[in-house]
Amino acid sequence: MNQMKNFSKGFLKENPILVLVLGTCPTLATTSSALNGLGMGLATTFVLIGSNVFIALLKNVIPDKVRIPAFIIVIATFVTIVDLVMQAYVPSLYATLGIFIPLIVVNCIVLGRAEAFASKNSTWSSFVDGAGMGLGFTLALGVLGAVREILGSGSIMGYKFIEGDGILVFVLAPGAFIALGYMIAVTYRINKT
Amino acid sequence: MEYILLIISAILVNNVVLAQFLGVCPFLGVSNKVSTAIGMSGAVTFVMVLATMATYLIYTYILLPLGIGFMQTITFILVIAALVQMVEIILKKISQGLYQALGIFLPLITTNCAVLGVAILVIQKEYNLITGVIYGGATALGFGLALIILAGIREQLELADIPKGMQGVPISLITAGILALAFMGFAGLV
Repeated sequence: MNQMKNFSKGFLKENPILVLVLGTCPTLATTSSALNGLGMGLATTFVLIGSNVFIALLKNVIPDKVRIPAFIIVIATFVTIVDLVMQAYVPSLYATLGIFIPLIVVNCIVLGRAEAFASKNSTWSSFVDGAGMGLGFTLALGVLGAVREILGSGSIMGYKFIEGDGILVFVLAPGAFIALGYMIAVTYRINKT
Repeated sequence: MEYILLIISAILVNNVVLAQFLGVCPFLGVSNKVSTAIGMSGAVTFVMVLATMATYLIYTYILLPLGIGFMQTITFILVIAALVQMVEIILKKISQGLYQALGIFLPLITTNCAVLGVAILVIQKEYNLITGVIYGGATALGFGLALIILAGIREQLELADIPKGMQGVPISLITAGILALAFMGFAGLV
């Protein structure tokens, strides 16, 4: 029960993007379509789970004073793994996400969970926390990507259902800010009731 | 001429925040007041120019000869973190006034993805040292411009009657969206 709660809090109650408003840069940049958003979300989830588990394992070894640099090295290691794996197996997605893959290292969510959760809790709970937070992040990215894709190009997951163009601005930069603004407002509303 | 085009492009056309989505967290976080926005822009400019220089030199003269280019992400983030600490310590000793103006913003810069982003972009675009530093400086100015404009608008917004659910982050994001729309007008300038 407790682990279930731990897992599901990332989806709505403490959703990293929609409630905590962390990691906005990749959120805005990679959600021009649902598929890109999901790809970015899964890459971040992998880093989040890996770093959470490792930091929870190493928490007694890492001296308190240098914990932040130590966390960053663990995170950067996992980011490098994701970077190289994606480059090799999904080159087209890698090209679209571009610079935002190495930038997962400065995504506040990852360091935030390491500091706030993994450095204090058991390995298993840290794994569950990482998976929950990561999937919550992926969910928000997927929904935002889908909204922008439907409004902006009239298609979903690359399948086009209208003729011609949509409201093009939603695929471009300004639409990202506006769509996320409305999504956060809606989440406030849902969480309050 | 080439440099002028690069500068205009980095500040207006490909604005780091509004077109490339780098450094959105501090963009939303410290844009409450114009005075803090100016302090943050100053600190970012300072660190970004130094970081671009340091990471470029390290990449070209250490990582490449050793054939460990894949260590880029790890090395860069450590270099930037160390640099920020160093700048903070040096500033504290040398210039008390500057330290008081920029000091509180410095620790925040380590997690500003614009700094790491620019360092990586300079390597990716294969700029040389001078172009890289100019690009870094211009990007930082673009960041400052967007930050100060948004802060100015948000100061006015405090007086406006905003629907309850939209207060805070949502309205800031929508304002930023409209600002990005305005900046799109610069497309085609270069």
